[in-house]
Amino acid sequence: MKKRKILQNLMYLPALGLMIAFIVYPLFRGFLYSFYKWNGYSQNMTFVGFKNYLDMMGNQFFRIAFWNTVLYAVFSTLLQEVLGIAFALFLNSRFKGRIAVRTVIYLPVIISALLIGYMMTFLFQYHYGVFNEILQWFGMEPIDWLRDPGRGRLIISLVTGWHYTGSSMIIFMAGLQNIPDMYIEAAKLDGATKWQLFSRITLPLLQPAVASTVLLNMVGGLKIYDSIVSLTNGGPVQKTNSLSTLISYTYFTSEKAGYASAIGMFQFVFIFIISFFINRYFAGKEVEY
Amino acid sequence: MDKIKGHPESLGKKIQERNKKEKVWWKYTVSLVIFVIYLLPIYVLVVMSFKEKTDFSSRLLLPDYLYLDNYIKALKEGGFLNALKNTCFVTALTVGIIVILGCMAAYPLSRNRSRLNSIIKSICMGVMMIPSLSILVGVYTEIVSMNGVNCFWPVIVIGAAFGLPTAILLYSNFINSIPSSLDEAAALDGASPFKTFWHVILPQLKPVTATLVIQQGVGAWNNFVYPSYFLQKPAKYTLVLLIRQYFGTADSGSNLNGAAAVAILSTLPIVVLYIFMQKYFIQGQIDGAVK
Repeated sequence: MKKRKILQNLMYLPALGLMIAFIVYPLFRGFLYSFYKWNGYSQNMTFVGFKNYLDMMGNQFFRIAFWNTVLYAVFSTLLQEVLGIAFALFLNSRFKGRIAVRTVIYLPVIISALLIGYMMTFLFQYHYGVFNEILQWFGMEPIDWLRDPGRGRLIISLVTGWHYTGSSMIIFMAGLQNIPDMYIEAAKLDGATKWQLFSRITLPLLQPAVASTVLLNMVGGLKIYDSIVSLTNGGPVQKTNSLSTLISYTYFTSEKAGYASAIGMFQFVFIFIISFFINRYFAGKEVEY
Repeated sequence: MDKIKGHPESLGKKIQERNKKEKVWWKYTVSLVIFVIYLLPIYVLVVMSFKEKTDFSSRLLLPDYLYLDNYIKALKEGGFLNALKNTCFVTALTVGIIVILGCMAAYPLSRNRSRLNSIIKSICMGVMMIPSLSILVGVYTEIVSMNGVNCFWPVIVIGAAFGLPTAILLYSNFINSIPSSLDEAAALDGASPFKTFWHVILPQLKPVTATLVIQQGVGAWNNFVYPSYFLQKPAKYTLVLLIRQYFGTADSGSNLNGAAAVAILSTLPIVVLYIFMQKYFIQGQIDGAVK
């Protein structure tokens, strides 16, 4: 039987090999590069110790990208949680055409984030953009939506929230299906108001769905890359970068491979820590019924 | 008697019906708002794709002429068909590798609960958390040293490596629900582990495989990060890269309408698949969230 188990174990070697060769090993390589000053292609590599990490902490573009990333993740997650639950509750009631509504809300999820960004520029562009046209109907001045860092950040968060609300909604709909009717019925008999029903019964019982969507959305938000490329490309003057777009810019445009690796390591550790705390926070709140 | 009894009842029914109607009205209004919010960007894209480059009329209004040149040009100029071919190739191989290696790996991991295997399982879950940009420098230099720039294989193997953890997770959850007495019986009959896997486990994995193919297929089709670094020659472009090329050059006032047509042609296959196989898309979303 033991030999059989060893034979069985051989079956995971190809998958493991692929993940190690193209994810774990490059991570390790990047970790080493992060201690060097290097432009990414020349033979000249100088060991600089923790200098890249220290430079990073003091660099304003890094700080901007870091806080932007936090903003994108938190704001889009909030949007997806609130709208996701609201849509799920709305579609949980029976009416004709609810499947069509579900289809439409989930539709953007299957479209590439890059294209979603480009589609949105048709709405936000200064010239001929749909939103400026609407402003002009009411006699208002057009706004250069994406060329202002503040508005750019807001739009990136909103677009990301809009893009993925459908996926949270689906998870919440599945969660609602798992709530036994008798709890709702019992609370109704006890004269609970709609708000009490939601806050005391539905929401606590949706907790597993909240936990997994918060984790999914936060991690996704902290990695955000594609839609920034198509919406602002990090501009104006690097003010809407996320950590991901900053890494790409630092490596390929500024040619600072060591420094870009350091940002990469920071991003990895940061996401790891955040997911750890999200998991722990929700594990402590598990409800039993 | 009958009249007196019947009257309040029918009145009650009428009130109930009216309440029901009002409730439904509220729902249709909300639905309409949702439709506008979710379909407006797509509608504008469609409108743009049917307009001439020189047509600067409102993007909210459909043109009053029939203009298909954006589509015809996109199909004729060859860039699109080539990118479509490249995308199909990359997607099929990526998904194929994910499915085959994924179910193979999930079988021992869910059947042999040894210490080693639980470590391996946590490595898989850890890999899931590594952001693709964090390893950018490491992976790019690795592929350059292997002469992989402008080849499809780096995009395929890296895409597969990032998709594998999800596949292993989904497959091992599913295999856990298959009674292990089935494999034991096969083992007693003298079947090797591979034979047992092939004849006993594999035939039962069809539903998860369908979900996984859809989920990972959409991911590979839409993949942007690594193709954009490794596929630099236009001849090697996938559809997403072609879209970027069209829109990217559009900043200087050139052909946004052509870009819209290419974007629609590139997304149509996925949207059609979604409309007809929605069940699998939804299932993939639900399964992927359960840890």
